[in-house]
Amino acid sequence: MSLSGLLWQLFAIVLALALAPLLTGWVNQCRAWLQNRSAPPLLQPYYMLHKLFLKDVVLAHGASPLFRFAPFAVFGCMLLACAIIPTLSTDLPFAPTADTIALVGVFGLARIFISLAAMDIGTAFGTLGGRREMLVGFLAEPALLMVIFTMAMIAQSTSVATIVETLAHREFVIYPSLAFAGIAFTFVSFAENARVPVDNPATHLELTMIHEAMILEYSGRHLALIEWAASLKLYAYSCLGLALFFPWGIAEGDSFLGLLISIPVLVAKLAIGGVLLAFIESINAKVRIFRAPEFLGTAFLFAVLGLLVRLLLENRV
Amino acid sequence: MTDVPLATQLINLFAAVILLLAFAMLAQRRVLTLINLFALQGLTLCLSTLVVAFTTSQAHLYWSAGLTLLLKAMLLPWILHRLVRRLEVKWDVEPLIKVPTTMLVGIVLVIISFNVALPISQLSSTISRGTLGIALASVMLAFLMMITRSKAIPQVVGFLAMENGLFLAATSATYGMPMVVELGIALDVLVGVIILGVFFFQIRDQFDSLDIRHLEKLKER
Repeated sequence: MSLSGLLWQLFAIVLALALAPLLTGWVNQCRAWLQNRSAPPLLQPYYMLHKLFLKDVVLAHGASPLFRFAPFAVFGCMLLACAIIPTLSTDLPFAPTADTIALVGVFGLARIFISLAAMDIGTAFGTLGGRREMLVGFLAEPALLMVIFTMAMIAQSTSVATIVETLAHREFVIYPSLAFAGIAFTFVSFAENARVPVDNPATHLELTMIHEAMILEYSGRHLALIEWAASLKLYAYSCLGLALFFPWGIAEGDSFLGLLISIPVLVAKLAIGGVLLAFIESINAKVRIFRAPEFLGTAFLFAVLGLLVRLLLENRV
Repeated sequence: MTDVPLATQLINLFAAVILLLAFAMLAQRRVLTLINLFALQGLTLCLSTLVVAFTTSQAHLYWSAGLTLLLKAMLLPWILHRLVRRLEVKWDVEPLIKVPTTMLVGIVLVIISFNVALPISQLSSTISRGTLGIALASVMLAFLMMITRSKAIPQVVGFLAMENGLFLAATSATYGMPMVVELGIALDVLVGVIILGVFFFQIRDQFDSLDIRHLEKLKER
């Protein structure tokens, strides 16, 4: 592990911190344009964070230490996830610390903390949101794992970096299983990031919200951290999707030039991804909460199909 | 994996898309979307047949590809669309079993078909032999769709999708059936749909509904 590797890793983390709210702002802007509304400024999430960090924290009576600790835990988990996922290079010092299964575990840890914190205060909404979050999570996680197993079978490894290297630098081969896995991953990331078919990030309507219901009681810097963590989660999922399905442009090794090129490539890919996300969100309606299991069941099904197709079609030479 | 020719990869990709569409049809609740999905499946089938025809330079496969395109991707969907319009079918498809359950059964069917097809496809020497399992799975899924739907039009679509699966199986195992057989089947399917179309009107006139559960109670009064 060289010093430059460490520096680049640090830079990747700072980049994630800086780019994540920008990505959220960009998606919001695209959504507004597509829905014929006047868009909020691109930097709106930063203003929001700035405002929230300046405000005082109001704690409910009977809030346990867990309630105060949870935002930091969630934020830490998301930051760790962003550091593990190869955003700029496959050869950064954090990459070998955790494989994709551990990555799913990190997301799960964050989910547990935020759900527990939501139930901690004892309001009806928090409990409701926490339960719904766990419902969505427990359906989304197996689908995500199946997607990862498909990738792992192709690359013969569960490490994200190895998967990316295998996919990006082999000769061009069409993997039909990747199409299935890609669809399943898209479904899962919509559900996990509280996007439209499962949850609407822009509403506070009590009957439909999941993510917003859980964080109703937070204020001040706690809320800022949670909002930032939500942005980081979107960033992490986008980067994971881009790394798994469009790995071209991610540098291998820590040559300065390769890493320098990978930054604009990443930004461009995220911008396109943001437009697509906003587009899909705009043409879909939010489904009833009882349809969410069906939505995620379909995702699981596609992921399993990808695995089966991988076994049947691609294993023999 | 590295020295698989591009043609086989393409065929595998198309076969995978056909399987995907079969599942999409199984999960679909709207009649019009169902018909569109069926048309899309026909198109994919045509493309896959074209690739096989091009790689193996079998002239008669071009004909069957053309026939598939004409019949399954254009004519039949058009007839079905007309039928839906004329019958004023507005309601959504109501599956007898819940959709997620159907999907799970579908997955089991896919696993079974893949296992059944594996030893058979190893006997075959065609470039597209890997897709035999998928073809079998599509047939089974179409079968499942016919079983789980209570309305007449989805059942017909299921029947047609089954024919798609059979066609894929024929292409993948033996580079297609003889032209006479193929023409015969194509004609059969066409005539079948037209007769069923007439039949729909009869059913509707009789029962004011296209729910074929009414047919179970058919008794001489």
